[in-house]
Amino acid sequence: MEVIRRFIDSFAKPGQLREAGILSMNSRNLDYVIKYNPRRLLPQVDNKLTTKQMAQQAGVAVPELLGVVSYQSEIKNLSQLLAAHEHFVIKPAQGSGGKGILVITGRDGDRYVKASGDTLEFEDINRHVSNILGGLYSLGGKSDVAMIEGLIQADPVFNDYSFEGVPDIRMIVFRGFPVMAMLRLATRASDGKANLHQGAVGVGLDIATGKSLRAVQFDSPIKLHPDTRHSFESLQVPHWDRLLELTAACYGMTGLGYLGVDMVLDKHLGPLILELNARPGLAIQIANGCGIHPRLQKIEAMPDWNIPIPERVIFSKQHFTSQHFSS
Amino acid sequence: MKGRFQLSLAVVLLVALGLGLTLYKHFALGFPLLRGETNTIWSIEADVEFMADGGPVKATLTLPAHQSDVRILDESFASPGYGINQFDDNGQRRAEWSIREAKGRQTLYYKVNLYPDSVSDPDREPPVENDTLTVKPRLPEPYQTAADSLLESVTERSADARSFAGTLITELLNPSPSQNTNMLLGMIDNRESRTRLLIDLLTMADIPVRMVRGLYLEDGRRRQPMLDMLEVYTSDGWLMFDPVTGESGNPANFFLWQRGGKSMLDVMGGTQSSVSFSMISQAVPARDLAIRNSQADQVALVDFSIYDLPLEVQNAFKNILLIPIGALVVLFMRIIVGLRTSGTFMPVLISVAFLETQLLPGLTIFITIVSIGLWIRSILSQLNMLLVARLAAVMIVVIGIMGAMSILSWKLGITQALTVTFFPMIILAWTIERMSILWEEEGPKDVVIEGFGSLLVASISYLLMSNPTVEHLTFNFPELLFAVLGITLMLGQYTGYRLLELRRFRPLAQG
Repeated sequence: MEVIRRFIDSFAKPGQLREAGILSMNSRNLDYVIKYNPRRLLPQVDNKLTTKQMAQQAGVAVPELLGVVSYQSEIKNLSQLLAAHEHFVIKPAQGSGGKGILVITGRDGDRYVKASGDTLEFEDINRHVSNILGGLYSLGGKSDVAMIEGLIQADPVFNDYSFEGVPDIRMIVFRGFPVMAMLRLATRASDGKANLHQGAVGVGLDIATGKSLRAVQFDSPIKLHPDTRHSFESLQVPHWDRLLELTAACYGMTGLGYLGVDMVLDKHLGPLILELNARPGLAIQIANGCGIHPRLQKIEAMPDWNIPIPERVIFSKQHFTSQHFSS
Repeated sequence: MKGRFQLSLAVVLLVALGLGLTLYKHFALGFPLLRGETNTIWSIEADVEFMADGGPVKATLTLPAHQSDVRILDESFASPGYGINQFDDNGQRRAEWSIREAKGRQTLYYKVNLYPDSVSDPDREPPVENDTLTVKPRLPEPYQTAADSLLESVTERSADARSFAGTLITELLNPSPSQNTNMLLGMIDNRESRTRLLIDLLTMADIPVRMVRGLYLEDGRRRQPMLDMLEVYTSDGWLMFDPVTGESGNPANFFLWQRGGKSMLDVMGGTQSSVSFSMISQAVPARDLAIRNSQADQVALVDFSIYDLPLEVQNAFKNILLIPIGALVVLFMRIIVGLRTSGTFMPVLISVAFLETQLLPGLTIFITIVSIGLWIRSILSQLNMLLVARLAAVMIVVIGIMGAMSILSWKLGITQALTVTFFPMIILAWTIERMSILWEEEGPKDVVIEGFGSLLVASISYLLMSNPTVEHLTFNFPELLFAVLGITLMLGQYTGYRLLELRRFRPLAQG
């Protein structure tokens, strides 16, 4: 009996979640993704190469593009292309969820050093690119192209919180308004990946200030980074206003109403847009400890949302700070 | 909002249409909602025999009339070399066999399948002229005098047509008959002459009466004679009397073949003609009967249906019609429960394979093949290979594993593993490929979660699809697909929380 009771208690009542403003996956799909993201606009965000070109045209900062491999026959030029660069990232243009991303942080003679410290032969990189072209990481196995990007040098402000890889900032932007944000930090448990369900830490960020609200790992609140034992309390993301403006600009750039924007802070280049996501996940609610639905509804209720970017940012900062919402 | 209203309307209409057609088929056409109901149908065969003279022959047999309490499902004639012709003779159906030349013993067959429907109201049609005798018969003396005084005494002791007929028959059955009765009884030597006498007597008393012929339905009877009965027109319509027992009312299991006094069988160009009947009953599933019934009535819903297809195609459809049920399970598990599966509808394909292998052997085979496949795939990934080639290689390996499993299990005497061939190989190869990528990218934990989700959904949909009642319903009421479609549309509008989200977001719940 006790076991059954505890099992039932591990489920919330739907009414409780509704009261907390938690957006459900079904509602996200039906009420936001399908409703605000026209299908014909999706290919531009599903393809990272297109996204990058579009961002560059719009004057939005993105990581440097070192090269593109589109055909198997071009692989033979790969070693020549890579020779010029000490460190780089290879990713599939149509990959999703961080799949197929290979990060090379340096050289060890002829060998390439991965972020984890493992080394690879050129043959391994060759095969990885070949797999990307074959469509291994793209949706439905469509043939794909491989992008080679400059490696991002993480802003030293994250040194205390970063075990491996570069922390990224995920923001939900709805009709051009930044709505909710979190910082994703790779951990030893997540094997250097910023994937929350694999053990990366999610830090909820206050939209008004960029200060940390709370941190979670495996959906449970934590106070200290599991690897560096550093407290999250004093964490504040720099360049916060610039980040808000960048996300807000993604709406005008893509026309997508409901968007997840992934950004990084480069030591030299400052905030860069890494990737756009037309169906961003819901873990951001757990990282923030609050539901996103009331914020979305607030914007839906606005008579006119087509206002200049700075005003949208001001509106978000006013209305979507966590303190503001809990009161 | 408008779109959502239209969708809701579509859901209501589809569900109503699906359930409505199903109920119509059940109540109006008699399709059983549950499996295993049976009904009895009767096959009656009439054997017409005669000796042909060597010239042209024409044999005419009265066919059973369509009547409200019995349904004639189908009829057939068998008679080598004879032409068959059906015609209507004053409301009585007759069949005519004809041939230019025949000699010696001839046997003609007529077979009818029928199904006793429900007890019907008595025939209330008033008598028409050619039904009954119009001219009062007269018996030769001294019988007429005896008849007159008998009728007089019966008239005194009766009130209406019904009691008159009853009393008259009882009088003839009296073990110590009066003198008059005794004289009349002298005219009777068999059932037919008794019936004729009774008809004459009743006609003399101005009571409309007619002769009917029929058979008692008894299983396994051979060479049954046709029995004569009386029908008297009373204030309640026509009422049947048995001339030998005096019982009134339609006897149970009596199948009325012919009304009126015309001859049962006429043979021209032959002698020693006779007709005899044999009958058997068979229990048929209520569903088969409903199909035959509806096809006899040419109900469009049944006439234009799967039952018209060749049997082999019907069997294929049996499985195909189950797939929407599996799809419904997938929808439910993903939208309402929130389970992760590998590939959207792959679990349905797995469960279709389970239908052939049974659940436990199927699960064992699936897990074995995928595990070995993952291991082989990890070896293949060491080689520099293009994706399509690697997929093909995995597929060939899968086929190899299936072959090995079949041979091994055959040697071990486990025949179930032989059904591995029903697993869709390309699906298996893709599953292995996806799982191995998942393994590389996300780790073994996710492989187990997705694999478990897929197999759980596949098992649930297998349990539903293999349920005999579900199979019966989907095959016999394909219009239920409308309802399934409606539910699918409804699930497509569900924006509430998934069951697993209630757990996932539990820490965020207030209070």
